[in-house]
Amino acid sequence: MLILGIESATEQVGCAIGGHEGVLASAHVCRGKRHAETLVPAIEFLCEQVHIEMQEISVVAVDLGPGLFTGLRVGIATAKSIAQALRVPMIGINSLDLLAFPVRFSPKLIVPVVDARRGEVFSAQYRQVPGGVQRLTEPQVCTAEDLVSELMVSNEDCLLVGDGALRYADVFGELNRMQVVEDGLAHPLASSLVQLAHSMALREEFVNARELEPLYLRRPDVDMSGKRRGAW
Amino acid sequence: MSDIPWSVDESTRVLGIETSCDETAAAVVTGGTNVLSSVVNSQVDIHARYGGVVPEIASRGHLDTLNPVVAQALVEAGVDESEIGAVAATCGPGLVGSLLVGVASAKALSLVWGVPYVGVNHLESHLYAAFLEEPDLEFPLVVLLVSGGHTMLVAVHGHGRYEVMGGTLDDAAGEAFDKVARFMGLGYPGGPIIDELAMTGDPEAIKFPRAMLDRDYDFSFSGLKTAVINYLRANPDANAADVAASFQAAVVDVLIIKTRRAARAIEARAMCLAGGVAANSSLREHLLDACMADGVRGFLPSRSMCTDNAAMVASVAWYNLRQTGPTSLASGVNPGLSLG
Ligand SMILES: [Zn+2]
Repeated sequence: MLILGIESATEQVGCAIGGHEGVLASAHVCRGKRHAETLVPAIEFLCEQVHIEMQEISVVAVDLGPGLFTGLRVGIATAKSIAQALRVPMIGINSLDLLAFPVRFSPKLIVPVVDARRGEVFSAQYRQVPGGVQRLTEPQVCTAEDLVSELMVSNEDCLLVGDGALRYADVFGELNRMQVVEDGLAHPLASSLVQLAHSMALREEFVNARELEPLYLRRPDVDMSGKRRGAW
Repeated sequence: MSDIPWSVDESTRVLGIETSCDETAAAVVTGGTNVLSSVVNSQVDIHARYGGVVPEIASRGHLDTLNPVVAQALVEAGVDESEIGAVAATCGPGLVGSLLVGVASAKALSLVWGVPYVGVNHLESHLYAAFLEEPDLEFPLVVLLVSGGHTMLVAVHGHGRYEVMGGTLDDAAGEAFDKVARFMGLGYPGGPIIDELAMTGDPEAIKFPRAMLDRDYDFSFSGLKTAVINYLRANPDANAADVAASFQAAVVDVLIIKTRRAARAIEARAMCLAGGVAANSSLREHLLDACMADGVRGFLPSRSMCTDNAAMVASVAWYNLRQTGPTSLASGVNPGLSLG
């Protein structure tokens, strides 16, 4: 089994290839070109490096969000079309699960925080369990201040991870038992995606491209005070 | 892109994808002109509730429907995906979030199938709606491209050789229809609604201004829109059909006068219409009359080719592939892309 993982929920875009032997290759870019320009050449590059033909890929895994809508859709559109063309199943995993995964050995309350812009963050809470982490709360969108109030109630040692945690480090500083994970793990990793997808694939937790739904957590902004346009 | 071998000839089947605004479309076209399938999934009913296209809703819609639309285009064309020789997508101008869904999908298909990707200019694809149905149109020709987002006069000297002669200084023609329809409480999109209402009205009932007849090839519709609104405020009991017919007559008059002027200037062999507003029945009728009077050919794409579709994308892509080759897989979208 070979899994192609595609991740584009934040300012970073990444992809990875792996399977039973673990992660064979991964690439991440978080500055410079836009997701749509980087992603397909990066997949092509990985395949060349590990001597894999696209046709050998048997599962396409993708980050479902929450995250920044435009970039997120580039990854999902790419993943869905690759899966459609290869006629292979897909696995969708949310971006907060991906952020929690690399810090799964921490005994603290793990809180991935993705910058949602407009003063808000996407977040959820996790706890270490044998073999990984367990999500305790549903992914939500709220202000950093609201998240702090929520975490204060639990009165636990918290480990905050993600670009939202770094952006609002000052706000989270109000929590006295808080620790923010440094930059290296601020974005979901495509390698985590492949690792998590691998265990899901073994349990055959697949969806097909048509069933795969992004996790937006926000309704579309229908403010039409700007320029209205039709295209008939 | 990389070193995938490719070639293009009359038998090359191009899969086109169009997601620049609120239509999700895919089509298979052979040799630039032979349309094997053209599937369009319109979101117009969803956006009608908001009186215009909501970009975020449009992008979400494209992501949900593009894959089934592509699958349907392949089935209707009766071709296996291994028979597709190139994949094309609109890369601008348009709504950035919408464009990205189509371009990302097209590049992914191109990567898996090992065939060239071609990024297509949406305006250019509208011009090619004419060639799709009339492949032996002779150059030079003048195309009046009118839609909700664009109003321009384009001189076409050959495949890929365009000169934008004039454009709108404010509202696009389709936008003027939308705004007037909204003010009259008629709904969205305004073009087809006003077109239908105008059929029962008197186009000479009210003398609305014809703007900028002295400026060579440029247009302005915002003054006309204001004149209609002022008229309706002053005459709340006005006959809606007469207002619609008179407004439409003012738009069509200016469009036709300038198109004829442009055609004369470049000694065009034909005058063509393109874009969504080209479906307007009065504009179509008047263009044919003008062609007759001026002794040039007239070309009106069928209504389904006027509005956004992917057959025109696949058509341009075939010509471009032949002339300039594939587009890099490292390319992106350009929401502000212009013509020429
Ligand atoms: Zn258009």
